[in-house]
Amino acid sequence: MNQHALLFFLRGQGLKFAVIVFTFGLIYRLLHPVLLGRKKNLAAPRGGEWGPGMRTIWHRSLFPVRLTPRGHFIIIAGYIFHLGFLITLLFLSQHIELVKNTFGIYWPALPPGAISIAAVLSIAALAALFVHRITDPVKRLISDFQDYLVWVLTLLPLLTGLALDMAADYQRMLIVHIISVELLLIAIPFTKLAHMLTTFSSRWYNGAIAGYKGVKA
Amino acid sequence: MNLQRGIHSMIEQIDGPMASFFSSCVHCGLCADACLFYTETQEPKYTPIYKLAPMRRIWQQQFTFWGRLLFKLGLSKPVTDEELAEWEPLVYDSCTLCGRCSLACPVGNDITYMVRKMREGMAASGHAPEGIKEATRRAIELGSPMGVTINTLKAHIKHAEKETGIAFPLDLVGADYLLVLSSAEIAVFSEIIPAVARIFHQAGISWTMASDGFEATNSGIQIGSSDLAAELVNRIVKSAEHLKVRYVISPECGHAYTALRWEGPNLIGRPFPFEVVHIIELLDQLQSSGRLKTTGTTDARMTFHDPCQMVRRGGVIDQPRNLLNKIASNFVEMPESGIQNWCCGGGGGVSANPRADELRLKVFSRKKSQLDAIAVKTMVTSCSNCRSMLEEGIEHYHMDTNVIGLTELIAEHLAEPSEEPKP
Ligand code: SF4
Ligand code: SF4
Repeated sequence: MNQHALLFFLRGQGLKFAVIVFTFGLIYRLLHPVLLGRKKNLAAPRGGEWGPGMRTIWHRSLFPVRLTPRGHFIIIAGYIFHLGFLITLLFLSQHIELVKNTFGIYWPALPPGAISIAAVLSIAALAALFVHRITDPVKRLISDFQDYLVWVLTLLPLLTGLALDMAADYQRMLIVHIISVELLLIAIPFTKLAHMLTTFSSRWYNGAIAGYKGVKA
Repeated sequence: MNLQRGIHSMIEQIDGPMASFFSSCVHCGLCADACLFYTETQEPKYTPIYKLAPMRRIWQQQFTFWGRLLFKLGLSKPVTDEELAEWEPLVYDSCTLCGRCSLACPVGNDITYMVRKMREGMAASGHAPEGIKEATRRAIELGSPMGVTINTLKAHIKHAEKETGIAFPLDLVGADYLLVLSSAEIAVFSEIIPAVARIFHQAGISWTMASDGFEATNSGIQIGSSDLAAELVNRIVKSAEHLKVRYVISPECGHAYTALRWEGPNLIGRPFPFEVVHIIELLDQLQSSGRLKTTGTTDARMTFHDPCQMVRRGGVIDQPRNLLNKIASNFVEMPESGIQNWCCGGGGGVSANPRADELRLKVFSRKKSQLDAIAVKTMVTSCSNCRSMLEEGIEHYHMDTNVIGLTELIAEHLAEPSEEPKP
């Protein structure tokens, strides 16, 4: 297969496959807890579940009030990484172009310079979090192979995307970039990256369990 | 075999929330800073989510694609007896089920809910601390984890009747309220008995105690055995049904409240035909409806220690403050109060586990620094277990603080009893 055909495949069948695995895999990951279900709570409620559950989904996205210095670091680096990643993913004109060609919907892009800054910040946050993971005694103890694997898988699309601007062989770098994206998409449902959805169910459960007892979690 | 029983029980405990929580953890480490066992020792093994590690592997091996595959191929290490033995001190000695970590996790994991469930598997596998096992055995066999019997209670009642001149209604069929007590209240803080009698007398409520269901402490919950917990709850339910009461009053004991109010109906598998109300909740109701009248205020600076199971895990949050504000003109909050308050260190069965004593006293430094920050000499609380733990901690750190129970404080400030007892 020559480079051109490979790119064609990756953009066509390859991407389709990755998106299907991603979508159905994630639906399954979210459905799984729902299917496992919970026993009906027979205690008389003091408060509701839906409202408090939704409130906790929202509330845990906000900056926590009380934090230790290491807590500050984790939260700030976490925010920068997630925001930088999302901005790069959603507001790069080439990405929007791709969505437009596939689904017909589009939205305004950010200037390439802004995207580069977002991507660089995101990479820097990831790097800092990695150093923290291997140096902080708590995080080193609780981390497992998957934590490092998903770190690499998340970093690659950002790095290769950024490298596109500087690449001598644009097409080859694009191939590498798309492969890294498809790998990430396929990995998400099978790894803790599924937290991109299950964090919502977790927060909801947490808020609902507390809300039932009249506590704002 | 015990190990298989334990693993099987853990698998059974994995429900929707558990699966979602395990799926979501990103190993960020933030929960460590919420747990007094970590903050006061700086030992990474006390990180809340780490206490779940064996159960997490069971979840992976049973419920996830890769986990199942690797397990089948023999590439994922099965959970062993030695491992559970190693985890026993983490799951029991260093967790009071205080619930603070559950408020801190950014992805929303209710880690306390997880530890509570893991204990079911630990207890089933035989890996529970001797102290809690013994307490549970005494509760099942003798009726109380501290070995308190109805005769002990009757002696206190007699004493209280003499002191207050109020007759104690024991086994009164058709009363509105059934009062249950915790072992510690009967054995150690028995001042509560005349105190409630005087309050109820003034408020004119119809109440009783049951001679075959007076003990609310529930070691079954702490050890993580739903069967035993159900048996203990059932004693109260039976008495309440027999006496046809409309309410059961949960005493100043946090875990008793959780056991009765929130776990109780689920343990016995049916809703209660009566309401469970925490004594502090009831006092607040009585006061706001004007039936309980207090007089005078204390100007001593006072603060309130929030019992985890009553406040953060129980939802009785504002009531103690409403009550205190009426009688304490210098009531001050600790730096982190209400649902953010720190545990006394002895909840969740830790106080029944002598092996954990040293660690518990060490982590009391958290409470100490909270108190140091406001320089208050009087700490009010509303859980007899917290109270014992606070007193021990205060002694250990040679602090000059005294601890009082909220119900007794209210009783001290009761307005003169009306001449005619209300019907
Ligand atoms: S705070 Fe939550 S996500 Fe972070 S390590 Fe603890 S349980 Fe996992
Ligand atoms: S419930 Fe409390 S003691 Fe237990 S792990 Fe969480 S913060 Fe620590």
